Amino acid sequence: MGRFWKELTKGVVISNPLFILALGFCPALAVSTSVDNAIGMSVGVTFVLLGSNLIVAAIRRAVPNIVRIPVFIVVIATFVTVVNLLFHAFVPAIYEALGIYLPLIVVNCIILGRAEAFASKNPVLVSIADALGISIGYLLALLTISFIRELLGTGGLSLFGHELFTLPVLGEDPMTLLILPPGAFLVMALLLALFRKLGVMKCE
Amino acid sequence: MNNLIAIFLGLAIINNFIVAKFLGLCPFFGVSKKLGNALSMGLAVILVMLIASVATWIINHYILIPFGVEYMDIIMYILVIAALVQMIELFIKRTNLILYNALGIYLPLITTNCAVLGITLINAGEGYTLLESSIAALGGGLGFTLILIIMSGIREKLEIADTPRVMRGLPVAMLIGMLLGLTFFGFGGIV
Repeated sequence: MGRFWKELTKGVVISNPLFILALGFCPALAVSTSVDNAIGMSVGVTFVLLGSNLIVAAIRRAVPNIVRIPVFIVVIATFVTVVNLLFHAFVPAIYEALGIYLPLIVVNCIILGRAEAFASKNPVLVSIADALGISIGYLLALLTISFIRELLGTGGLSLFGHELFTLPVLGEDPMTLLILPPGAFLVMALLLALFRKLGVMKCE
Repeated sequence: MNNLIAIFLGLAIINNFIVAKFLGLCPFFGVSKKLGNALSMGLAVILVMLIASVATWIINHYILIPFGVEYMDIIMYILVIAALVQMIELFIKRTNLILYNALGIYLPLITTNCAVLGITLINAGEGYTLLESSIAALGGGLGFTLILIIMSGIREKLEIADTPRVMRGLPVAMLIGMLLGLTFFGFGGIV
Protein backbone atom coordinates (compact mmCIF):
# COMPACT_ATOMS: atom_id res chain seq x y z
CA MET A 1 0.00 0.00 0.00
CA GLY A 2 2.92 2.33 0.74
CA ARG A 3 4.17 1.92 -2.83
CA PHE A 4 0.66 2.78 -4.12
CA TRP A 5 0.65 6.15 -2.36
CA LYS A 6 4.24 6.87 -3.34
CA GLU A 7 3.47 6.40 -7.04
CA LEU A 8 0.20 8.32 -6.70
CA THR A 9 1.72 11.42 -5.11
CA LYS A 10 4.79 11.34 -7.38
CA GLY A 11 2.81 12.31 -10.47
CA VAL A 12 1.18 15.34 -8.86
CA VAL A 13 4.30 17.40 -8.12
CA ILE A 14 7.69 15.70 -8.53
CA SER A 15 6.96 14.43 -12.02
CA ASN A 16 4.05 16.64 -13.03
CA PRO A 17 3.53 15.73 -16.71
CA LEU A 18 3.15 19.30 -17.95
CA PHE A 19 5.33 21.53 -15.82
CA ILE A 20 8.18 19.18 -14.88
CA LEU A 21 8.33 16.48 -17.56
CA ALA A 22 7.22 19.00 -20.25
CA LEU A 23 5.17 16.36 -22.12
CA GLY A 24 2.01 16.80 -24.13
CA PHE A 25 2.00 20.55 -24.61
CA CYS A 26 0.02 20.52 -27.85
CA PRO A 27 -3.44 19.67 -26.47
CA ALA A 28 -2.76 21.41 -23.15
CA LEU A 29 -2.22 24.79 -24.79
CA ALA A 30 -5.06 24.32 -27.26
CA VAL A 31 -7.86 23.33 -24.87
CA SER A 32 -7.01 25.57 -21.91
CA THR A 33 -9.24 28.42 -23.15
CA SER A 34 -11.88 27.65 -20.52
CA VAL A 35 -12.09 25.69 -17.27
CA ASP A 36 -14.87 23.50 -18.76
CA ASN A 37 -12.64 22.36 -21.61
CA ALA A 38 -9.72 21.76 -19.25
CA ILE A 39 -11.87 19.49 -17.07
CA GLY A 40 -13.27 17.67 -20.12
CA MET A 41 -9.80 17.09 -21.55
CA SER A 42 -8.47 15.89 -18.19
CA VAL A 43 -11.32 13.41 -17.84
CA GLY A 44 -10.53 12.08 -21.31
CA VAL A 45 -6.81 11.78 -20.57
CA THR A 46 -7.49 10.15 -17.18
CA PHE A 47 -9.73 7.50 -18.74
CA VAL A 48 -7.25 6.69 -21.52
CA LEU A 49 -4.24 6.68 -19.19
CA LEU A 50 -5.95 4.44 -16.61
CA GLY A 51 -7.15 2.03 -19.28
CA SER A 52 -3.86 1.86 -21.17
CA ASN A 53 -1.73 1.53 -18.02
CA LEU A 54 -4.05 -1.24 -16.74
CA ILE A 55 -3.99 -3.25 -19.97
CA VAL A 56 -0.31 -2.67 -20.72
CA ALA A 57 0.70 -3.75 -17.20
CA ALA A 58 -1.55 -6.81 -17.42
CA ILE A 59 -0.17 -8.02 -20.76
CA ARG A 60 3.43 -6.92 -20.20
CA ARG A 61 4.81 -10.47 -20.00
CA ALA A 62 2.84 -11.73 -23.00
CA VAL A 63 3.98 -9.06 -25.45
CA PRO A 64 7.27 -9.73 -27.27
CA ASN A 65 9.69 -6.87 -26.75
CA ILE A 66 10.11 -6.17 -30.46
CA VAL A 67 6.43 -5.39 -31.17
CA ARG A 68 5.62 -3.68 -27.88
CA ILE A 69 5.27 -0.10 -29.24
CA PRO A 70 2.70 -1.01 -31.95
CA VAL A 71 0.77 -3.06 -29.39
CA PHE A 72 0.74 -0.16 -26.93
CA ILE A 73 -0.44 2.23 -29.66
CA VAL A 74 -3.33 -0.06 -30.58
CA VAL A 75 -4.35 -0.36 -26.91
CA ILE A 76 -4.21 3.43 -26.51
CA ALA A 77 -6.09 4.06 -29.76
CA THR A 78 -8.85 1.69 -28.62
CA PHE A 79 -9.37 3.61 -25.38
CA VAL A 80 -9.26 6.94 -27.26
CA THR A 81 -12.00 5.65 -29.57
CA VAL A 82 -14.10 4.69 -26.53
CA VAL A 83 -13.62 8.14 -24.97
CA ASN A 84 -14.44 9.81 -28.28
CA LEU A 85 -17.73 7.91 -28.61
CA LEU A 86 -18.66 8.45 -24.92
CA PHE A 87 -18.03 12.22 -25.14
CA HIS A 88 -19.96 12.44 -28.40
CA ALA A 89 -22.95 10.69 -26.79
CA PHE A 90 -23.06 12.21 -23.30
CA VAL A 91 -21.32 15.65 -23.39
CA PRO A 92 -21.76 16.87 -26.99
CA ALA A 93 -20.96 20.50 -26.07
CA ILE A 94 -17.51 19.58 -24.73
CA TYR A 95 -17.00 17.13 -27.62
CA GLU A 96 -17.54 20.02 -30.06
CA ALA A 97 -15.31 22.40 -28.08
CA LEU A 98 -12.41 19.92 -27.87
CA GLY A 99 -12.66 19.13 -31.59
CA ILE A 100 -9.68 17.24 -33.02
CA TYR A 101 -7.77 17.49 -29.74
CA LEU A 102 -9.86 14.68 -28.20
CA PRO A 103 -8.85 12.05 -30.82
CA LEU A 104 -5.32 13.49 -30.72
CA ILE A 105 -4.93 12.07 -27.18
CA VAL A 106 -3.72 8.99 -29.07
CA VAL A 107 -0.43 10.74 -29.96
CA ASN A 108 -0.10 12.49 -26.59
CA CYS A 109 3.41 11.69 -25.36
CA ILE A 110 2.19 11.41 -21.74
CA ILE A 111 0.16 8.27 -22.45
CA LEU A 112 2.70 6.36 -24.56
CA GLY A 113 5.45 7.63 -22.25
CA ARG A 114 3.80 6.14 -19.15
CA ALA A 115 3.03 2.86 -20.96
CA GLU A 116 6.63 2.51 -22.11
CA ALA A 117 8.45 3.90 -19.06
CA PHE A 118 6.24 2.61 -16.26
CA ALA A 119 3.38 0.21 -17.01
CA SER A 120 5.46 -2.14 -19.19
CA LYS A 121 7.80 -2.77 -16.24
CA ASN A 122 5.47 -2.74 -13.22
CA PRO A 123 2.52 -4.75 -11.85
CA VAL A 124 -1.09 -3.69 -12.40
CA LEU A 125 -1.84 -2.04 -9.06
CA VAL A 126 1.17 0.32 -9.02
CA SER A 127 0.53 1.13 -12.68
CA ILE A 128 -2.97 2.27 -11.77
CA ALA A 129 -1.51 4.42 -8.99
CA ASP A 130 0.95 5.91 -11.47
CA ALA A 131 -1.86 6.64 -13.95
CA LEU A 132 -4.00 8.28 -11.25
CA GLY A 133 -1.11 10.40 -10.00
CA ILE A 134 -0.12 11.59 -13.47
CA SER A 135 -3.77 12.33 -14.29
CA ILE A 136 -4.25 14.41 -11.15
CA GLY A 137 -1.05 16.29 -11.94
CA TYR A 138 -2.30 16.89 -15.49
CA LEU A 139 -5.69 18.09 -14.23
CA LEU A 140 -4.09 20.52 -11.76
CA ALA A 141 -1.74 21.89 -14.41
CA LEU A 142 -4.54 22.33 -16.96
CA LEU A 143 -6.79 23.93 -14.33
CA THR A 144 -4.05 26.43 -13.43
CA ILE A 145 -3.53 27.50 -17.05
CA SER A 146 -7.21 27.60 -17.96
CA PHE A 147 -8.17 29.42 -14.74
CA ILE A 148 -5.76 32.26 -15.53
CA ARG A 149 -6.74 32.38 -19.20
CA GLU A 150 -10.49 32.34 -18.60
CA LEU A 151 -10.39 34.73 -15.62
CA LEU A 152 -8.32 37.42 -17.37
CA GLY A 153 -9.36 36.64 -20.93
CA THR A 154 -13.12 36.82 -20.41
CA GLY A 155 -13.17 38.84 -17.18
CA GLY A 156 -15.06 36.23 -15.19
CA LEU A 157 -15.51 32.54 -14.50
CA SER A 158 -18.26 30.16 -15.50
CA LEU A 159 -18.55 26.45 -14.86
CA PHE A 160 -20.71 24.25 -17.14
CA GLY A 161 -23.03 27.12 -18.03
CA HIS A 162 -23.29 28.69 -14.57
CA GLU A 163 -21.82 32.19 -14.21
CA LEU A 164 -19.73 32.07 -11.03
CA PHE A 165 -18.59 35.70 -10.87
CA THR A 166 -17.44 38.62 -13.00
CA LEU A 167 -14.47 40.81 -12.24
CA PRO A 168 -15.24 44.54 -11.74
CA VAL A 169 -13.09 46.23 -14.42
CA LEU A 170 -11.98 43.28 -16.56
CA GLY A 171 -15.59 42.12 -16.90
CA GLU A 172 -16.34 45.03 -19.22
CA ASP A 173 -12.99 45.16 -20.95
CA PRO A 174 -11.32 41.71 -20.82
CA MET A 175 -7.78 40.92 -22.02
CA THR A 176 -9.02 39.00 -25.06
CA LEU A 177 -5.44 38.18 -26.08
CA LEU A 178 -5.26 35.55 -23.35
CA ILE A 179 -8.01 33.32 -24.78
CA LEU A 180 -6.51 33.59 -28.27
CA PRO A 181 -3.74 31.12 -29.24
CA PRO A 182 -0.83 33.55 -28.54
CA GLY A 183 -2.16 33.98 -24.99
CA ALA A 184 -1.62 30.28 -24.31
CA PHE A 185 2.09 30.64 -25.06
CA LEU A 186 2.31 33.76 -22.87
CA VAL A 187 0.61 32.19 -19.83
CA MET A 188 2.60 28.97 -20.18
CA ALA A 189 5.93 30.84 -20.51
CA LEU A 190 5.22 32.96 -17.42
CA LEU A 191 4.04 29.95 -15.39
CA LEU A 192 7.17 27.96 -16.28
CA ALA A 193 9.37 30.93 -15.35
CA LEU A 194 7.46 31.35 -12.06
CA PHE A 195 7.91 27.68 -11.12
CA ARG A 196 11.62 27.98 -11.83
CA LYS A 197 11.85 31.13 -9.74
CA LEU A 198 10.10 29.37 -6.84
CA GLY A 199 12.54 26.47 -7.17
CA VAL A 200 9.94 23.84 -8.06
CA MET A 201 11.64 23.36 -11.42
CA LYS A 202 15.32 23.35 -12.27
CA CYS A 203 16.79 26.01 -14.56
CA GLU A 204 18.66 24.95 -17.69
CA MET B 1 -9.86 27.16 -57.56
CA ASN B 2 -10.55 29.94 -55.04
CA ASN B 3 -11.63 27.29 -52.60
CA LEU B 4 -8.26 25.51 -52.94
CA ILE B 5 -6.32 28.74 -52.42
CA ALA B 6 -8.42 29.47 -49.32
CA ILE B 7 -7.67 26.02 -47.87
CA PHE B 8 -3.98 26.34 -48.66
CA LEU B 9 -3.49 29.83 -47.19
CA GLY B 10 -5.82 29.05 -44.30
CA LEU B 11 -3.73 26.14 -43.08
CA ALA B 12 -0.33 27.53 -44.09
CA ILE B 13 -0.61 30.98 -42.55
CA ILE B 14 -3.84 31.95 -40.79
CA ASN B 15 -4.53 28.74 -38.88
CA ASN B 16 -0.87 27.82 -38.82
CA PHE B 17 -0.28 24.34 -37.41
CA ILE B 18 2.23 25.43 -34.78
CA VAL B 19 1.31 28.91 -33.62
CA ALA B 20 -2.49 28.77 -33.97
CA LYS B 21 -3.43 25.08 -33.71
CA PHE B 22 -0.57 23.97 -31.41
CA LEU B 23 0.04 20.84 -33.47
CA GLY B 24 3.62 19.62 -33.59
CA LEU B 25 5.02 21.66 -30.71
CA CYS B 26 7.62 18.99 -29.84
CA PRO B 27 9.73 19.55 -33.00
CA PHE B 28 9.12 23.29 -32.64
CA PHE B 29 10.88 23.26 -29.26
CA GLY B 30 13.22 20.34 -29.93
CA VAL B 31 14.54 20.34 -33.48
CA SER B 32 14.51 24.05 -34.23
CA LYS B 33 18.04 24.73 -32.98
CA LYS B 34 19.79 24.63 -36.38
CA LEU B 35 18.54 25.79 -39.77
CA GLY B 36 19.58 22.57 -41.54
CA ASN B 37 17.77 20.34 -39.05
CA ALA B 38 14.65 22.49 -39.19
CA LEU B 39 14.60 22.20 -42.98
CA SER B 40 15.04 18.41 -42.93
CA MET B 41 12.32 17.99 -40.34
CA GLY B 42 10.00 20.25 -42.30
CA LEU B 43 10.58 18.31 -45.53
CA ALA B 44 9.97 15.00 -43.76
CA VAL B 45 6.72 16.33 -42.28
CA ILE B 46 5.46 17.68 -45.63
CA LEU B 47 6.22 14.33 -47.29
CA VAL B 48 4.54 12.21 -44.62
CA MET B 49 1.54 14.57 -44.33
CA LEU B 50 0.93 14.44 -48.08
CA ILE B 51 1.19 10.66 -48.34
CA ALA B 52 -0.81 10.11 -45.14
CA SER B 53 -3.58 12.44 -46.35
CA VAL B 54 -3.94 10.57 -49.64
CA ALA B 55 -3.76 7.16 -47.95
CA THR B 56 -6.30 7.97 -45.24
CA TRP B 57 -8.65 9.52 -47.83
CA ILE B 58 -8.60 6.29 -49.82
CA ILE B 59 -9.13 4.20 -46.69
CA ASN B 60 -11.90 6.48 -45.51
CA HIS B 61 -13.83 6.41 -48.78
CA TYR B 62 -13.24 2.82 -49.89
CA ILE B 63 -13.14 0.94 -46.58
CA LEU B 64 -14.51 2.83 -43.58
CA ILE B 65 -17.55 4.49 -45.16
CA PRO B 66 -18.76 1.57 -47.42
CA PHE B 67 -18.58 -0.86 -44.48
CA GLY B 68 -20.09 1.61 -42.02
CA VAL B 69 -17.21 1.47 -39.55
CA GLU B 70 -16.30 5.16 -39.37
CA TYR B 71 -15.86 4.84 -35.60
CA MET B 72 -12.67 2.84 -36.26
CA ASP B 73 -11.04 5.92 -37.84
CA ILE B 74 -8.59 6.78 -35.05
CA ILE B 75 -7.18 3.24 -34.85
CA MET B 76 -6.97 2.93 -38.65
CA TYR B 77 -5.30 6.31 -39.14
CA ILE B 78 -2.63 5.82 -36.49
CA LEU B 79 -1.76 2.33 -37.78
CA VAL B 80 -1.65 3.53 -41.38
CA ILE B 81 0.59 6.45 -40.45
CA ALA B 82 2.92 4.22 -38.42
CA ALA B 83 3.18 1.69 -41.27
CA LEU B 84 3.60 4.41 -43.89
CA VAL B 85 6.44 6.07 -42.03
CA GLN B 86 8.29 2.74 -41.87
CA MET B 87 7.72 2.13 -45.58
CA ILE B 88 8.81 5.63 -46.59
CA GLU B 89 11.92 5.21 -44.47
CA LEU B 90 12.82 1.91 -46.15
CA PHE B 91 12.05 3.30 -49.60
CA ILE B 92 14.19 6.40 -49.14
CA LYS B 93 17.01 4.31 -47.67
CA ARG B 94 17.10 2.10 -50.79
CA THR B 95 16.66 4.82 -53.40
CA ASN B 96 18.23 8.03 -52.16
CA LEU B 97 20.96 7.82 -49.52
CA ILE B 98 21.60 11.57 -49.45
CA LEU B 99 17.96 12.31 -48.63
CA TYR B 100 17.97 9.45 -46.13
CA ASN B 101 20.94 10.89 -44.29
CA ALA B 102 19.32 14.33 -44.27
CA LEU B 103 15.95 13.10 -42.92
CA GLY B 104 17.49 10.23 -40.96
CA ILE B 105 16.40 10.30 -37.36
CA TYR B 106 13.43 12.60 -37.94
CA LEU B 107 11.35 10.14 -39.95
CA PRO B 108 10.57 7.67 -37.12
CA LEU B 109 9.75 10.57 -34.79
CA ILE B 110 6.99 11.73 -37.12
CA THR B 111 4.75 8.78 -36.25
CA THR B 112 3.85 10.42 -32.95
CA ASN B 113 3.78 13.95 -34.36
CA CYS B 114 0.33 15.43 -33.75
CA ALA B 115 0.54 17.42 -36.99
CA VAL B 116 0.29 14.29 -39.17
CA LEU B 117 -2.64 12.70 -37.34
CA GLY B 118 -4.09 16.23 -37.05
CA ILE B 119 -4.21 16.80 -40.82
CA THR B 120 -5.90 13.45 -41.45
CA LEU B 121 -8.54 14.23 -38.79
CA ILE B 122 -9.07 17.74 -40.20
CA ASN B 123 -9.49 16.31 -43.72
CA ALA B 124 -12.01 13.75 -42.50
CA GLY B 125 -13.84 16.26 -40.30
CA GLU B 126 -14.17 18.88 -43.05
CA GLY B 127 -15.14 16.26 -45.64
CA TYR B 128 -12.47 17.37 -48.12
CA THR B 129 -12.12 15.72 -51.53
CA LEU B 130 -8.87 13.99 -52.51
CA LEU B 131 -7.51 17.14 -54.16
CA GLU B 132 -8.57 19.38 -51.26
CA SER B 133 -6.99 16.95 -48.77
CA SER B 134 -3.67 17.04 -50.63
CA ILE B 135 -3.73 20.84 -50.84
CA ALA B 136 -4.57 21.04 -47.13
CA ALA B 137 -1.66 18.72 -46.30
CA LEU B 138 0.70 20.73 -48.48
CA GLY B 139 -0.43 24.02 -46.90
CA GLY B 140 -0.23 22.67 -43.37
CA GLY B 141 3.20 21.16 -43.97
CA LEU B 142 4.61 24.30 -45.58
CA GLY B 143 3.26 26.49 -42.75
CA PHE B 144 4.85 24.10 -40.26
CA THR B 145 8.20 24.27 -42.08
CA LEU B 146 8.00 28.06 -42.33
CA ILE B 147 7.61 28.45 -38.56
CA LEU B 148 10.37 25.91 -37.89
CA ILE B 149 12.76 27.85 -40.16
CA ILE B 150 11.88 31.24 -38.65
CA MET B 151 12.28 29.78 -35.17
CA SER B 152 15.69 28.26 -35.97
CA GLY B 153 16.93 31.67 -37.15
CA ILE B 154 15.77 33.32 -33.94
CA ARG B 155 17.19 30.46 -31.84
CA GLU B 156 20.68 30.90 -33.30
CA LYS B 157 20.67 34.53 -32.11
CA LEU B 158 19.07 33.59 -28.81
CA GLU B 159 21.93 31.24 -27.93
CA ILE B 160 24.27 34.22 -27.52
CA ALA B 161 21.69 36.57 -25.97
CA ASP B 162 21.70 37.30 -22.24
CA THR B 163 18.34 35.82 -21.22
CA PRO B 164 17.28 35.91 -17.54
CA ARG B 165 18.18 32.61 -15.87
CA VAL B 166 14.59 31.51 -15.17
CA MET B 167 13.52 32.19 -18.76
CA ARG B 168 16.25 30.18 -20.49
CA GLY B 169 15.23 27.33 -22.78
CA LEU B 170 11.54 26.44 -22.85
CA PRO B 171 9.95 29.64 -21.41
CA VAL B 172 11.69 31.97 -23.84
CA ALA B 173 10.87 29.63 -26.73
CA MET B 174 7.22 29.90 -25.69
CA LEU B 175 7.42 33.70 -25.63
CA ILE B 176 8.79 33.65 -29.18
CA GLY B 177 5.94 31.33 -30.09
CA MET B 178 3.57 33.97 -28.74
CA LEU B 179 5.17 36.76 -30.80
CA LEU B 180 5.09 34.60 -33.95
CA GLY B 181 1.47 33.77 -33.20
CA LEU B 182 0.58 37.45 -32.91
CA THR B 183 2.37 38.19 -36.19
CA PHE B 184 0.55 35.42 -38.03
CA PHE B 185 -2.70 36.52 -36.41
CA GLY B 186 -2.38 39.71 -38.46
CA PHE B 187 -2.94 37.71 -41.67
CA GLY B 188 -6.41 36.81 -40.41
CA GLY B 189 -8.29 39.02 -42.86
CA ILE B 190 -6.74 37.95 -46.15
CA VAL B 191 -8.97 34.97 -46.98
